[in-house]
Amino acid sequence: MAEPMRIRATLQGDVADVRILMRHPMETGQRKDAKGEIVPVHFIQNVLVTHNGKTVLDAQWSQAISRDPFLGLRVKGAKAGDKISVTWTDSKGDKRTDEAAVAASS
Amino acid sequence: MSSPYSRAVAIALFFLAAPLGAQSGLDGLAVGRQMLAEDNPGDLWVERGERLFYAKRGPKQASLERCDLGLGPGKVGGAYAQLPRYFADTDKVQDLESRLLTCMVEVQGLKRDDIVKRSFSTLDSDSDMEALVSFIGSKSNGLRMAAPLQHAKEREVYKAGEYLFHRRSGPLDFSCATCHADEGKRIRLQELPNMTDARQVQMVVSTGWPAYRGTQATVRTMQHRLYDCNWQMRLPDLGYASDMSVALTSYLNHRGNGGVIQLPGVRR
Repeated sequence: MAEPMRIRATLQGDVADVRILMRHPMETGQRKDAKGEIVPVHFIQNVLVTHNGKTVLDAQWSQAISRDPFLGLRVKGAKAGDKISVTWTDSKGDKRTDEAAVAASS
Repeated sequence: MSSPYSRAVAIALFFLAAPLGAQSGLDGLAVGRQMLAEDNPGDLWVERGERLFYAKRGPKQASLERCDLGLGPGKVGGAYAQLPRYFADTDKVQDLESRLLTCMVEVQGLKRDDIVKRSFSTLDSDSDMEALVSFIGSKSNGLRMAAPLQHAKEREVYKAGEYLFHRRSGPLDFSCATCHADEGKRIRLQELPNMTDARQVQMVVSTGWPAYRGTQATVRTMQHRLYDCNWQMRLPDLGYASDMSVALTSYLNHRGNGGVIQLPGVRR
């Protein structure tokens, strides 16, 4: 089962600094396990980030992205309390969606 | 070798090397670690550890809320800052990991061998221990390390740890002190902390372990650090939660008392 992401969004002026940590094995299909068998490819294929429901990032990823990936982006025109939602879909069809509210700058 | 020219070069090199030595703290690796620490992947282990701690697990379907880490059953806040310590029920000094092992066996009815086998994660299997240690360690964040040294057994184990730290053994005739009692020692590019320096040993025990290790894509604990050091000295495998590992942890943590805890850390 996919584990929750960790999303931090903080306001800097009218730009939200969004930082996302995901937990995913991101198997490249090249690695062999302890028994010497190839571990099947398994990676996040699509990442969708929305700001109050409006898509701000729609990315296609490959197996070149690291294990437990980190994604940072800046969203223009954000206000404190706005909703940032992140959804990833991996190559096995697993999905995970998490949400965070934009925090005022500290 | 002793021509004035070569001596001059040696002196020049010495001055060049000094600012880049172990104490600069601003080498390229440290900058990278600092950037990682802002969004420490170890936080994902903290969250998983919290879920594991409060989940009913094992044959006895019990959560670890009945586990006494030294401050009373289920009390995690500040527990890590006061470990290792003496526990009356086991009549032993225990560090966090050996204590959790006791709890998982006694409270949850899990098998000791199974937990030990899975205590260090691999790319193919997760470790519950690494997650639990991250969670419990982070619950002492902001507090100062204050490992107690009051009970006679605590003093005994501390003494044993001090002895082991300095005891040379094995085919390489190494002790912990061989690498960790001098300034400027390193293995390849990794600077080694000098454990005889109060500030450096504080850093190790309060912000060092458990830490997310970038090269291993997982959180590693103090037990793993000691196990790996042992292996690097070509000593027989250090038993998980063994008396020797607890003694060394007790010695180091006590010497690191006063360090402000900020866990999990980030390491290469």
